[in-house]
Formats: sequence, structure tokens, C-alpha cells
Amino acid sequence: MNNTALVQNVQTFDVAALRRQFPLLSRSVRGKPLSYLDNAASSQRPSSVIGAVDDYERHHHANIHRGVHTLSQEATAMYESARDRLARFINARSRAEIIFVRGTTEGINLVAQSFARSSLQPGDEVLITHLEHHSNIVPWQMVCGQTGATLVVAPIDSRGDVHVDAATDLMTPRTKILACAHVSNALGTVLPVRRLIAAAKSRGITTLLDGAQAVAHMPVDVQDLGCDFYAFSSHKMYGPTGVGVLYGREQLLDRMPPWQGGGEMILAVSFEQTTFNALPAKFEAGTPNISGAIGLGAAVDFITALDRDAAHAHENALLHYATRTLTAIPGLTIVGTAPDKTSLVSFTLEHVHPHDLGTILDEEGVAVRTGHHCAMPVMDYFKVPATARASFAVYNTFEEIDRLAAGLERARKIFS
Amino acid sequence: MELNDLYRDVILDHNRRPRNFGGLEPADASAEGFNPMCGDRLTLRLRMADDAIGEIRFEGQGCAISTASASLMTEAVKGKTRAEALWLFERVHALLTDDAAQGEELGKLAALSGVREYPARVKCASLCWHTLVSALQSQDSGTTGAGKPAAIPTVSTE
Repeated sequence: MNNTALVQNVQTFDVAALRRQFPLLSRSVRGKPLSYLDNAASSQRPSSVIGAVDDYERHHHANIHRGVHTLSQEATAMYESARDRLARFINARSRAEIIFVRGTTEGINLVAQSFARSSLQPGDEVLITHLEHHSNIVPWQMVCGQTGATLVVAPIDSRGDVHVDAATDLMTPRTKILACAHVSNALGTVLPVRRLIAAAKSRGITTLLDGAQAVAHMPVDVQDLGCDFYAFSSHKMYGPTGVGVLYGREQLLDRMPPWQGGGEMILAVSFEQTTFNALPAKFEAGTPNISGAIGLGAAVDFITALDRDAAHAHENALLHYATRTLTAIPGLTIVGTAPDKTSLVSFTLEHVHPHDLGTILDEEGVAVRTGHHCAMPVMDYFKVPATARASFAVYNTFEEIDRLAAGLERARKIFS
Repeated sequence: MELNDLYRDVILDHNRRPRNFGGLEPADASAEGFNPMCGDRLTLRLRMADDAIGEIRFEGQGCAISTASASLMTEAVKGKTRAEALWLFERVHALLTDDAAQGEELGKLAALSGVREYPARVKCASLCWHTLVSALQSQDSGTTGAGKPAAIPTVSTE
């Protein structure tokens, strides 16, 4: 997109109208207007999502796939319609490739405990990167312990970027799985996933992307990416908590053993043997989060109704404005300066611990995340115990970044 | 102003120039405190003189509340008997969590009373005290508590 188009899109993007769709954004915190800049932890929900869940709870709730009665059929239709919309949202080949899980974490654990545990041999290797969230480290450590495989970590550079060559050098005949973030939650780095996946595929390595920080910010096409698995969470893309999606290539999911046993995932059970259900039910044991999936379906509708080019241009403008504004503050260091980033700024302020910053900013109505962001290896790499992180969504404004900067100045004054 | 109540001059001063900061060799007892929620780490070492805390020093990294609280604690418990230190722990704990607690008997430690308006920060102020109890207990049982994190709730979410 050229600069003129970018400016036009920013101008035509009506943030005020968008904000009116999010009831929570109009509240105040400690007597100040709320500036919600913690979207990488969890985004707020538009009225359409709240309404979809409310409508289901009030008028259609029953257990799904169980009864012939009207309510059960309505609930089933709504739940399965959400699956259809999610399949279209990430361009899966088939609805059978969309497994509803509790979130990204459960999706990755499912792949680790079903696919990896049944296929890894002693001496095999699982390749991740130094940027991963704990939920894309610990499940692999666990399955490595169970199978005798080894966890290998691709390095990052001082900007918080992953180099394809450095990662590719670590792909050996023993490498069986590449699991990496699409976007880093701690730094906002967009990883070169297309090239990483191409390198892995040419070596017969199975690939998983942690898409938790990507789906709200960019169109995701799993066929175009070429990954075998893609996991993401509803609550970071304007949907409810407690639900998410594991996409898997049907061929792989078919071959994988079930992860959890129970109702729904079976065709026939006797005390001697059980016949497992077909996809996707094979991986959805027990009554799922029905209202959550329906809310997630509404969140998909919300995102796809956005002018995504304009939304992306707006988020990008927020990133550049925040980067410029914060860089001008004496003693402030931005952690993570890769050329390709989502709208997220992680930073430290000299003489002020991030935890104190979090409290002072909250006093100004500004919500940011402070801490290690469940990515302790990233903190260790940059030799900081923690950072403060401002992460933007499509509904954030430039004024909110100004309030963040004013709060940081106040913190500087207190600790000067 | 509530923030000024949290970040009082005493707190800011002890954060900027923490007292009794550094290592202590040899030490009769030590313990490590870790708050995984914010990454605060603290190592506490002490030397006993009979039943009293003769020398006490801490090192580590943490927020202003955590650092100042540890600094104030080392000043307050130095020369105190084990029982007196534990009594102070109870008083400080009450000060941090109970709106009715006045803290008149606490001297400089009373500067921590602003923390109770910020429930998310109570653990920052109490980390050093839990670590002290752990160190005293380890000394009690004749083993060192080094390497064993004090019993701090471990919550980390995103």
C-alpha cells in the first residue's frame, strides 16, 4: 500500500463509530476515561458478540448433537454454523479441520499429546524459537520428556527478529516438528512464517503455528501459509474467553489418536472396545463451550465486516505514532524493534520498575500489561526482569497513546 | 492524592537507596523469595546473635514497593529476637490487608499502609516478610532455605 492510500484509509476509518460498538470502552477507571491498551492479553467484545451469546442463552440453549428436540437442534445448528464461519475465516479446506478447543494453549497441547506423543522417537527433535510464549514451550518440553525427543531453540537477534537461515540451519533429519509463533506476544514481531514453513516442508517437518497474536491483526489463510496446524484463541479476536480453534490438516487429524476420551468423540462403546467418531467430533470429547463457539462465530462476522485494509492501516498508524511518541521520552527503551511488527510496543523506563509503571498508568485510566508476558526466555535474552507492554486493537485512538505518554511522564516525575 | 499515598517519600528513598543491600558471608540462615507474577526476586541472608537477628542483608531485583519494603524490613528487624520479628510480620501483614490497622507501633514501616489501596501490590510488599519467615524457619530446623522459594502464591496468566 502506498502512503497516499494509507493516509486515505486512516482518514476514512471511523474509529468513533467502531468504539460505539464496544460498550465497555465508554467506562471510566479511577475517574479517568479508560484507555484500554492491553489487547494482546485480551480484547474487548463488540455488542454483536455479547448479543449473540445472550440470544443463545435466552432462547436456544440445550446440549448439542444429543437430542431430537427443537432446542437441541437449534443449538447444534448455531454451534456448527460457527464452525463453518471459522473454516471460511482461515480458509480451511473443510469444516472437519476446525476443532473447537478451550484456546491456543489447549490446541497446542492437543497436538503435543496426540500427534507428537504418538510419533516422536528418542533422538528426534522439536524446533521452536526463542520468542515463544510459555504455552508453545512447555507442552513440547513435556512431550520431549515423555518420548526422549529433544527441544531445539532457534535464536533471535537484538531487534527480536527470527532469521530464517539461523532457524533452517537447525533443521536436521532428526527434526520432526517446527512449532513457532506467527506473531510474538511479548514483542509484536511478525515471524517470517511463510519461509520457515517452506523450509520445514521441504524437509518433511510437520509445522504448527501459534496464531494467538495474529488472527485479530491480519488475514490468515492456512492453505496459503502451508502449515499443518494453526491454533488461536477467541478472546484475543473480540470473542468470548474459554474457546478457541485448532486447525489441522484433515489427513493428519485423521491419523492422530484421540486426546481425551468421553462422550461425543465416540460412535460405539462397549466394555471391550470403542469406535471413535469421525472428525471433528473425535477431538471434541464432552459437552463443548457452546455459547463461546457461537460468540466466536459472531466475532468472526465482526472482523470480516471490517474494511481490513483500513483496519490494518489504522493499527499500523497507531504503532508508528506510539513508537515515535514513546521514543521521545527520556530513559525509555523500546524492547523489540523488528521491521515487521503488529501494533504492540514493549518497553522499559529507566529507574521505574514496570510493575510500578502499571500502577501509575492505571491511576490515569491506562491499562497496559506489565511483567514477563509468559515469555521468560525473551526477558532473559534482553536482560530485563519484565517490560511494560501497550498493545493496540482496531478501536484504539491516538489520544489514548497521548494519555499513555502523559502517564509515563508522571511516572518519571515520581521516580526522578 | 492516592498515588502519593502509595509512593511516599520514605518508600521512594528506600527504593533509591536500599539499606542493608548486598551479600552476607557467612550467614546462619538464608532464603529466596520469588514472585512469578511480576518477576521480583529477593535473597535474604541473616546472622544470628543468640536468639536475635544480629545482621541481615538482602539482594535481588524488584519494583519500588518490593525493594523499599525489604529495605525497611531489614532496618526494623535488626537486633530483634525471633519472636519480635514474627510479631512485626503479623503487624505488617495486618497493615497491608486490614483497613482498620493503624500501624502506630510500626514506626517507618507504617509508610507501607498506602499499599492496601492497591490489592495487586500487596504481594510486592509482603514478599520480603514471607522470605524472612522462611529463613527463620530454615535456621530453626538447622537447614538452609536457600534455593527454596518462599511460599508465595504463584499466579501467572495471559
